[in-house]
Amino acid sequence: MPHPLVPVPTPETQPFWDGCNEGVLRINRCRACGDAYFPPSPICPECSSTNVEFFDASGEATLYSYTIQQKPLALWGSDSPRSVALIKLAEGPMLTSSVINCEQTPEALQLDMPLQATFTSFDDLTVLCFEPAEGNS
Amino acid sequence: MIPPGATAIVGAAESTEIGKVPDMSSVGLAIDAAANAMQDAGITAADIDGFTCGYFPVADMSRQLGIFPSWADNTVVGGCSWMFQLRNAIAAIHAGYCNTVLIVYGESGRSTRRLGQSGDAGQKGGTGQQFDMFYSGGQAAATFTLPVLRYQHEYGLSDEELAVGAVSQREWAVDVPRATLREPTSVEEVLDSPMVAWPIRRAMCCLVSDAGGAIIVTSADRARDYPKPPVYVLGTGGALEAGVMSPAGVREPLRPEFIRTSGEAAFSAAGVSHSDIDHLMIYDAFIHTPIFGLEGLGFVDYGEAGHFIAEGHTAPGGKLPMNTSGGGLSYAHTGAYGMLCMLESIRQVRGEAANQVADVDIALCHGWGGYWSACSTLIFGTDAP
Ligand SMILES: [Zn+2]
Repeated sequence: MPHPLVPVPTPETQPFWDGCNEGVLRINRCRACGDAYFPPSPICPECSSTNVEFFDASGEATLYSYTIQQKPLALWGSDSPRSVALIKLAEGPMLTSSVINCEQTPEALQLDMPLQATFTSFDDLTVLCFEPAEGNS
Repeated sequence: MIPPGATAIVGAAESTEIGKVPDMSSVGLAIDAAANAMQDAGITAADIDGFTCGYFPVADMSRQLGIFPSWADNTVVGGCSWMFQLRNAIAAIHAGYCNTVLIVYGESGRSTRRLGQSGDAGQKGGTGQQFDMFYSGGQAAATFTLPVLRYQHEYGLSDEELAVGAVSQREWAVDVPRATLREPTSVEEVLDSPMVAWPIRRAMCCLVSDAGGAIIVTSADRARDYPKPPVYVLGTGGALEAGVMSPAGVREPLRPEFIRTSGEAAFSAAGVSHSDIDHLMIYDAFIHTPIFGLEGLGFVDYGEAGHFIAEGHTAPGGKLPMNTSGGGLSYAHTGAYGMLCMLESIRQVRGEAANQVADVDIALCHGWGGYWSACSTLIFGTDAP
């Protein structure tokens, strides 16, 4: 029995999770209005069209806001402080994630810093996180 | 539109004990509060024909209480569910579906880990479970608070200024015998409390308590026959936004539209303006939520509320008394605080609060649910216009 916080993909969200396994940030885009959106859903939240597709996003993003959790979930495999962040994708959507592969300090985590998508293991899954964009670490 | 004052609260009570109640499950707290509310109203189950609860199967709880309702609702949108249910109840009464509704809440958030309670925001395969909660382990202090740093950055609010909110609410709680934390505190003490999720310290987070609460609402013409002075429902609002558990789903995180939508609906229905509000409750799960509430509801402009609180305007003696029980930070917070938030508004309008504000004719209560998934705004008054 996996931990209840280990994500359980659904048929509607599976392409996103397949993307994680391939090292690609795959999110939805509406063919009718062009809106890119997240989380995955079979309907465009902007125009209500169901003519939507998954596409490989750039993975480029910026750090909108964050906290540094002092006691992270044990499943992450470390008890040192860990960021929880609001990430703004270059394509527009905002999502929750963590910034990894850098010091988890206010000094290292500057608002608006450029980030790029990265993928890491979490229990038996590969999940989306972000890291400082190259040349910015 | 339902005319302001068409319905009124005629019974209102908390569970006999709150805070730490080790010998009661969520069910026991709810039933205790329901019994107290019926006693407060001077009625029995036979006088009630509408029922809502939220955290329990609605038919199970109504049957246990001996209520056979002709109208029921079990809307669950997180902590403000019981405020949404009140809004639905007054519509049902106005529509003639029922006459008198009991709204029941109980949550053993501290002692029994919510024994006997249903309602799970993180169900397998749900959006929150797949895309949000695992990053933080579902820790509210690390996710609900995500906009705080951005707010501080955009509007120049220091940690010291942010901390004043917790100090002001403690100043209210000092005079409230049922409050959990009653020792005066200071900005230094708040900032020295253990770091939970930088920049959030423990003293910026709500308590974890056991409590129940219940209210009874009926039509204004019936309300006059009850023993306590009616607390009229003047206007209500409600709105949904974020969807998943974190604020990532809020379209403009520093200007959440759903707060404005809910507030404008309540002010418009009540036919009152901000300057008419004598007393204010804004659900404080964490220190920042009153800031966003004050701005979203329009009491101050965007970017001003942090400094407004830091200047003491919501503290005892301030021009806008807010969270006068001590709030979720000092009074009690079970997990879902909306019922307790409403009950303090009702006590203030009745004139029976522990820390009674002088001359409360009109009070506004604003609550949240599922972090920023939902909010509700209620305006109560001593008189029907
Ligand atoms: Zn579209």
